[in-house]
Formats: sequence, C-alpha cells, structure tokens
Amino acid sequence: MKTMNYRDAIREAMCIRMREDDSVLLMGEDVGFFGGSSGITAGMFEEFGEKRVRDTPISESAIIGAAVGSAATGLRPIIDLLFVDFMLVGIDQIVNQAAKMRYMFGGKISMPMVARLPCGGGAGLAAQHSQSLEAWLTHIPGLKTVYPSTPQDALGLMLSAIDDDNPVMFLEHRLLYDMVGEIVDMNPIPLGVGDIKRAGSDVTVVATGKMVHEALRAADILANDGIALEVIDPRSLYPFDMDMIAKSLEKTRRAVIITEENKRVAFSAEISATIAEEYFDLLDAPVVRIGALNTPAPFSPPMETYYLPCAEDIVAAVRKF
Amino acid sequence: MELNRDITSTMYLRMQRIRAFENTAMTLFADGKIPGALHLYTGEEAVAAGVCANLREDDYIVSTHRGHGHIVAKGGELKYMMAELLGKETGYCNGKGGSMHIADVSKGILGANGIVGAGLSISVGAGLSISYRGTDQVCVCFFGDGSSNQGTFHEALNMAGIWKLPIVFVCENNGYGASMSQAKHMLVRDIADRGAAYGIPGVVVDGNDAIAVYNTTAEAVTRARRGDGPTLIECKTYRHRGQFEGDPGIYRPAAEVEAWLAKDPIPRFAGFLQEFGLLSAQEIEAIDQQVADEIREAIVFAEQSPYPAVEKIVEDIYSDIIEEVRVR
Ligand SMILES: Cc1ncc(C[n+]2csc(CCOP(=O)(O)OP(=O)(O)O)c2C)c(N)n1
Ligand SMILES: [Mg+2]
Repeated sequence: MKTMNYRDAIREAMCIRMREDDSVLLMGEDVGFFGGSSGITAGMFEEFGEKRVRDTPISESAIIGAAVGSAATGLRPIIDLLFVDFMLVGIDQIVNQAAKMRYMFGGKISMPMVARLPCGGGAGLAAQHSQSLEAWLTHIPGLKTVYPSTPQDALGLMLSAIDDDNPVMFLEHRLLYDMVGEIVDMNPIPLGVGDIKRAGSDVTVVATGKMVHEALRAADILANDGIALEVIDPRSLYPFDMDMIAKSLEKTRRAVIITEENKRVAFSAEISATIAEEYFDLLDAPVVRIGALNTPAPFSPPMETYYLPCAEDIVAAVRKF
Repeated sequence: MELNRDITSTMYLRMQRIRAFENTAMTLFADGKIPGALHLYTGEEAVAAGVCANLREDDYIVSTHRGHGHIVAKGGELKYMMAELLGKETGYCNGKGGSMHIADVSKGILGANGIVGAGLSISVGAGLSISYRGTDQVCVCFFGDGSSNQGTFHEALNMAGIWKLPIVFVCENNGYGASMSQAKHMLVRDIADRGAAYGIPGVVVDGNDAIAVYNTTAEAVTRARRGDGPTLIECKTYRHRGQFEGDPGIYRPAAEVEAWLAKDPIPRFAGFLQEFGLLSAQEIEAIDQQVADEIREAIVFAEQSPYPAVEKIVEDIYSDIIEEVRVR
C-alpha cells in the first residue's frame, strides 16, 4: 500500500503535471531554493529549474496578477500565497480580474490558474495568520474553490485544479501537512464530487478541511452510544455536491454542518440555507451549524483552543437532537 | 538633539535590552514555552536604538513582524512584552496578539504587524493625523528590504511626499526578504534610491553604527517636525538569526554570516563609548547588570502570570458590542 502525507501529495500532483506539460509553472515567495514554506515545494527547484519554479519578491498583488496575465496568454500557472490571509493583499487580482475576465470578455479568454492558499488556525499564529475564508471565495462567481482533507484528495484535487481552465482556489490546512494517508488512485478527482468519509444512518455531518477529522473523531465517540454519523466531505466547495447531502438526509433526516470559519456568514450558512430552501421536507430537526467563534483568532493557546470548533461541539449538538 | 552622555547611555541600555530579550525569547521558544512564530531582531539593535533615541514619548512608531527591537527602543517594558510572547493575560495585548502584534499606544507604539508592508500605509495615516492636528510629532515607519517590493511602499511614499507628512521611513535592509537575497528580489542596490521616484530624500547609512543611525535620523526628524516632509533612510544591517526561529537559513553563505557577526553593533558601540569617554567600563558593566536583572524579572513575571480567562475572547472586538458566545 502506498502512503503519503498531505504535503507530499500536493507536491506530487504539481510535479506530475509539470513533467507532462511545459506550460505549467509555479510561482511564490520562497518556493524555489528554500523549498517553500513548510517544505511543500522541496526538490521542485532542483527538478524543474528557476524558469519554472520561480521565487517572487514579496508582492502579492503582482504575484496574483502574474498568474492572471500568464493564464490569459497560454500558461497554466500555480501560485503559492503562503497564507490565505496574504491573498487579501492582492484580492483585486482574484475577485475583479481572475474571476471575471472570461465573462467580461464574452467568453473569449481562458483562466487556467491555481492559487494555493494554506489556511486555518491552531498553530498559535494569531489573527492575521489563521483565517478560514471559504465564504469569501465561494461568494464570487467565476472562482472554483476546493479544500482537501486527506492526502488522496489533495493529490486528486490538485491534478484537477491544474487541468481546469478556470481559476481554482486551492485551500490547504496547515495542520494537515504532516497527516499521512493511503494513496490508492493517481487519477484526478473531478471537482464537484463529494466523498462519504464514513457511512452512517443517524445524522449527516457535513465537514470541510481539518474539520473532517473532527467529525470522524465525533463519529468514533458517538459510536459508543450507538449513534451512527455519516460524515460527508464535499471536497469541492464550488462546484458543490448537493446531491450527496440530499441523499444522505433522506436516510438520516438530521444535519450538522461544521467548518472552521467564523460562524457568521460562513460557507456552512450557504449549505444550511440550500437545505432549508430545497430539502426542507427531508428534515426532522433544524440544521445545526458549527464554526469558530465570531472573533478574530486569538493568540493565547487556551483561548485559541476555545475559539476553534471541534469534535466535542459535534457530539454536544448530536446529543441534543 | 545633540548627542550627549545621557542619550548614548540610553541607546546602549536599549541595545542590550533588545539583545537580552531576543536571546531569552530564543531559549523560551526552543523550550516550547512560546507558541506560534518568532522573528528575532538580534543583530539589528543599532537601528532601533539609534532611530528611537531621537523620538519623544508622544511620537509614533509603526513596526513589523520583526518588531521586538522597535518596541523596546521606544520604551516598551520587557515584562509586558515577555508575558505577551507567552500568551499571558498580563501581556501588552492581554495575550490576544502575541509576538507579531505587540502594541503600546500610550507610548506611541502603533503595533507590530503580521502583514508585510501593511505598516507603510498605516504610517501615512499617523502622519496625516499629526499634520491635521498641527502638532510637531513625527511618525517613524520601520520596514524591511523585502517590504519595499510591496505596492504599499510605493503608494505610501508618494502620498506622504505630496502631503508633506512628518514621517521618517526607516528601511532595515538586512539583505534578505525571507529566503530571497536583495540582489535577487530587486535590481537597485540602494533602496534609498527609490526615494527619488517620489521626490523624497533618500539616505544610506551603516545600520550597525548606532551613532551614524542616530545622526542621520536626527536630521530627518528635524526636517519632519519643521513640516518639510518625509525622508527615506536605508539602514544596511543583518539579522543574526534565521528569518524565523526554526529557519535553517540554507540560503545565506556561511562566510557572509561570519563576516556580519564580526560586525556586531553592540560591542562596536560599547567600544566607541569607552574610546570617547562617554561611558566607562564600570558604567557599561552596571548597565549590563541592570539588563540582566530586568530580564530575570520579566521571565518570572511572564511565567507566573495566568493565561487570560477564555471568556474574554469576545471582548475588544468592537467598542460597543460584546459578541455573545452561543452554541457554536
Ligand atoms: C503580505 C505578506 N506576505 C508574506 C509574508 C510572509 N513573510 C513574513 S516576514 C517575510 C519577509 C520580510 O522581509 P523584509 O521585509 O525584508 O523583513 P525582514 O524579515 O528581513 O526583517 C515574509 C515574506 C507576510 N507576513 N505578509
Ligand atoms: Mg529583510
């Protein structure tokens, strides 16, 4: 059985496509000789050289713009923004440019770029280095957004992201980099197809990113009480696999949605609203949403732990059904 | 201000405070007592001390991710800084900010910053506020060589220039923006040259020479207080440690590191002070002893302080709303 960690899986997918296709290149701060923050691009500079693995100055607006302009003219750039928080420095290039060019130009342009956006809290990095901004990205027509929770999904989704002719926002949780998992399939995972991480018949838990693992932990805890959670990881936030959730609800009739974002106006609210609008009849109880507290990420370790959502929150919510 | 014994001994005291604080933080981080990320200022002490010796308590500074030195030099207290690094309730930010966000507004310290280049724009606002209120305060904006490649650097210099704002832009050029050497991340050799693009004087100074930094800043501060607008000062220096603690630093040639370690600003300044009779060997020893005591107290204070009560997480988000903790 082949195993890989999340970090290596992301790198492997980038390398596979770079070996096959000269038009794929990687840009970002420290991605070259240094091997990327958290070692994520280690060895790529040596294999592909400085023309294709390009260190950039600290200039997020120009980095994202370089992806937009090169994608518009025949390349397939991947950019590493180090932290999703730093994307905000160049957000115009994502929201006003990358997302809208195809449309504004009447479909005359293609935008095959991938923005790698390490994200999430739990590392003591405080308010400007811990955010989860799924709702920001999924709100914008023209962007696709994916968020793998396992090495297998990271590999398959990265292959698809690179193959895609649209701007794909690739969220990667920093605390998952060392997570090891089985790799059984080297094929792309189509965007918009969710995955049932654990089958169950009592409650549907929709979880993204690191929260998938919290949901699995909750499922273990509740299994002792004879409650079977079905854990669904949508993997891709847009396009989104609503059918998988609806099918699960037909069985369970109860839903808990957990994301790491501040709960207010989180992506979980969109899922919850869609369930209410389209699948109200499937529900026996109101949908429960779980997220981080509506505060900036605090630095102090006990506070940060208190701030982040976790398995125990799911367990408490399920016990109230 | 004319250099005198008081000023030079304060500068020396602050340089030693910074060094001791950073060495202690380094050890505590290695021992797992400081969470998160740590960017040390070790080796760049002459810049913060030389610049801030020209400032009054009511002047402002805007700092960076590598901010401990700026904060100490502007009068920040070691014990509150240390407590913040440990995430304790008694820290400058009540444990909410950590190393990258220390601020003490009562001393004009408008905060360290986790976003590279963000402080440049903020300094424009502080400068605007001074000029609008018509006081003779100044704002010093610290930033790195790497930050000068952000759009904010160019926008801020231009705006400060046209509005003649009382800002001293202090570029701490330590030769690297993270792993990228200056020669790779820009084509100009002197960042000071970039001032010309915005009609602002640009000056290069040896950033490991506390006296030179002091004198250069003195002129820029006088100019700013007079209402003649901003100056860009580039201090050539070097960080002794990695970009962050844990950085293997493979991108810096060993010989280069060695050469710069030999140019350590602290022994150099101590030597100068003795040579010119500004401080005696005994006085230097007394200052070193004072700093050692302060550090010991700061560690005890920080370690014995409690973590903040988690319920306080919802305070200080707004002036008037306390977010309710509902079921998540
Ligand atoms: C907007 C943004 N991009 C990237 C980073 C990551 N980062 C933190 S420090 C740093 C290097 C900054 O270099 P420089 O401005 O020269 O300051 P130095 O660290 O050398 O003091 C980088 C890239 C960040 N914090 N913010
Ligand atoms: Mg630098």
